[in-house]
Amino acid sequence: MIVATRPHTHETAQPEEHAHVALPQHRHHFETQEQQREAATFGMWLFLLTEIMFFGGLFFSYLLYRNWYYDAFVAASNQLSVPLGGTNTAVLITSGFCMAIAVWAAEVKKKGLLVVTLILTMLFGCIFIGIKYDEYHEKWEKHHIPGEHFDVAEFVNPHAYGLKEAPLAPDAAKKTQIFFSLYFAMTGLHALHMIIGLGILVWLTLRAHRGDFTAGYVAPIENFALYWHFVDIVWLFLFPLLYLINRHPV
Amino acid sequence: MSATSSTIVNLPDQKTATLPKRNYLNNEDGLLSWLFTGDHKRIAILYLISITFFFFIGGAFAGLIRLELLTPQPDLVASDTYNKFFSMHGIIMVFLFLVPSVPATLGNFLMPIMIGAKDLAFPKVNLLSWYLYWVGGLFTLAALVLGGVDTGWTFTTPLSTHYLNTHVVTAAVGIFIIGFSSIFTGLNFIVTIHRMRAPGMTWFRLPLFVWSNYAASLLMVLGTPVLAITLVLVALERTIGIGVFDPTKGGDPLLFQHLFWFYSHPAVYIMILPGMGVISEVISTFSRKRVFGYTAVAFSSVAIALFGFFVWAHHMFIMGVSNYSALVFSLLTMLVAVPSAIKIFNWAFTLQKGSITFETPMLYAFGFMGLFTIGGMTGVFLGALGMDIHLTETYFIVAHFHFVMVGGMLMAFLSGIHFWWPKMTGRMYPESLSKLAAVTTFIGFNLTFLPQFILGYLGMPRRYHAYPPEFQVLNVLSTAGATVLGVGYMLPLLYLGWSLKYGAIAGNNPWQATGLEWQIQSPPLTENFIEVPVVDHEAYDYEWLAHKTEQEVTTVG
Ligand code: HEM
Ligand SMILES: [Cu+2]
Repeated sequence: MIVATRPHTHETAQPEEHAHVALPQHRHHFETQEQQREAATFGMWLFLLTEIMFFGGLFFSYLLYRNWYYDAFVAASNQLSVPLGGTNTAVLITSGFCMAIAVWAAEVKKKGLLVVTLILTMLFGCIFIGIKYDEYHEKWEKHHIPGEHFDVAEFVNPHAYGLKEAPLAPDAAKKTQIFFSLYFAMTGLHALHMIIGLGILVWLTLRAHRGDFTAGYVAPIENFALYWHFVDIVWLFLFPLLYLINRHPV
Repeated sequence: MSATSSTIVNLPDQKTATLPKRNYLNNEDGLLSWLFTGDHKRIAILYLISITFFFFIGGAFAGLIRLELLTPQPDLVASDTYNKFFSMHGIIMVFLFLVPSVPATLGNFLMPIMIGAKDLAFPKVNLLSWYLYWVGGLFTLAALVLGGVDTGWTFTTPLSTHYLNTHVVTAAVGIFIIGFSSIFTGLNFIVTIHRMRAPGMTWFRLPLFVWSNYAASLLMVLGTPVLAITLVLVALERTIGIGVFDPTKGGDPLLFQHLFWFYSHPAVYIMILPGMGVISEVISTFSRKRVFGYTAVAFSSVAIALFGFFVWAHHMFIMGVSNYSALVFSLLTMLVAVPSAIKIFNWAFTLQKGSITFETPMLYAFGFMGLFTIGGMTGVFLGALGMDIHLTETYFIVAHFHFVMVGGMLMAFLSGIHFWWPKMTGRMYPESLSKLAAVTTFIGFNLTFLPQFILGYLGMPRRYHAYPPEFQVLNVLSTAGATVLGVGYMLPLLYLGWSLKYGAIAGNNPWQATGLEWQIQSPPLTENFIEVPVVDHEAYDYEWLAHKTEQEVTTVG
């Protein structure tokens, strides 16, 4: 293959001397390392844009139904545990913080720190999933999983269950099922993203351990961090929307 | 050099000409080198073969539908079988043919070359999207083999979630996966166009084919996820009954309509925009002029893409959207026609005073212009509220979207395949047979779908397998037309296959066209360019080209 004499894009300036030292990760069809890195980042941003649209359909549905079945949504959201959701928010922010340090560690080529922070990110991610599992389990026991066995008794007659909630007419109580459908769809999709992220983290940690990202090639770490922060941000919308707004307006 | 008076074909001396010794086709051997390739050109060929395969399956179902409709009585198949026929026809044609057709084949092959890049930004993602296409395709075929789907391609709830006992979930999973294939193609294109243009290849020097694929990619990236989530909800509703679309649980089937059409209206532009790009290239080449109003044509693609997101509810006029929103959506719908019309007018101005020659790609392009215009104008009729209420769910709709998608997109696809065949294979297709095919297709098409406008106007509903006897004459005409059309599609399959071995050697630039793809050898090298080209002229600059050919082209391998 003949090496071109000009940089491939006119946006980037003439590459500096060290850019000519081809790293093993350099792909043949990019003219410079810089171009490869930019393309990867741009691709990641676009991918996150598709993710926004993906969640967007659900957010749209949620807001629509919330508007229609306001009382049912309020009653149903009171069933969610703010302490658990709040803890998870803190856990997730901490994990995002660890990931941010990981990016810095890769950039300044500190291999030990990189590996440690990746493992910490993973750990907090796992805690999040664990708490989420606990919340799901509680819904399961209360028959608040949408479908055949969904039970509205608690909403029709809250006082019998020791709740201070205003009772809903049986018809309105049925609409709480839509709340839980969307709750499971949205948090489930979010959790799925977390689990995929954890899988990628395992792989990144192994490669970091091998020293792949501390020799000047940090794009995978940076791009994964974008993904991980995106997942955090989605949660930062989900938490207030599902758990917090208009709690206990009775 | 040999050129006849009515053509611009410029072939090398056939006695001495040979294909280049080294090219992307023979660079590596063996099936595995294809299945693991990262070369955008090889992936394009993989797509071309796959898409053709699905096209003929979808076509077989079309044949069965028309056969049933030959007589007013339901005598060929029972109604549920008939429903499965038109569902599979629609699903396969829309998701496995129309959406990926031009972008994944011609776009994949040409777009990087046209901007002077060695490959797409993410070759592995590109290959992955081909595999996803097949996984999704196999799911769809599995749904078919296991007993079929009878919701139509629109998966309308509550029909799809409550009343049918068929393989909706399997098909939905298939389409979900194909959706990712399409998202990845779009993403790859956008990054490549932004980041990998050769020096001097500014945005306003891009060929219009690149612009239109860019606009279509935006739609793929923004629209497809919404379809994906909608199908997930349908599948969840069917399997565990989450009730988001189920009125008995407080859900609303209309929500499905909103989400579905929010994707699927833009999706019709995913299907047509790349075709419009092909037409711009072909018309410019065979009238030897820069496309009139280049900037307007380029921007109109993006305008179509953006407006496309604001008109979805015109599919829902009779489904209970409020009068006010119906009015607004009606107006917005008319607005989308404007950028489409801009393109048609600019092509017409390009042709005017051009030195036009009638090569096969040009014949198909003329077919496109005529048929798309009819399709688009009937679309405006449908956008008008009152008309729509009379015509919706009749054969008028069927005729409208077939004029746009089959008359438009498929014509553009065939035009493009013929136009770039010499580049992709290094060989020419047989001249008179290909012209015969173009004419056959055009006649067959009109015979098939013109009667359907009348049928719809008279009130024949779509998706029924029996009809009152007074509609028979028009239906017989339509079925006859479909037969002619079928022949028109078989012909290219045969003679293009033949040309792979026996076609005349094409040389680098048989049409004397200006695009970068014509300045390199045919078939190209794996790495496209030996040296990164430096672009110093506008797209479609024929004077530059005349100058260039004298000096001998520098980028040939
Ligand atoms: C010139 C601009 C266009 C306008 C104004 C337009 C307008 C419309 C309208 C109002 C309908 C709804 C009819 C109804 O269900 O009552 C419709 C249906 C349809 N259009 Fe278009 N259209 C245009 C271009 C296109 C294009 C470019 C395509 C495809 C490439 C397309 C494909 C379809 C399809 C598939 C349907 C039927 C959907 C269904 O009910 O299954 N249209 N069009
Ligand atoms: Cu539409």
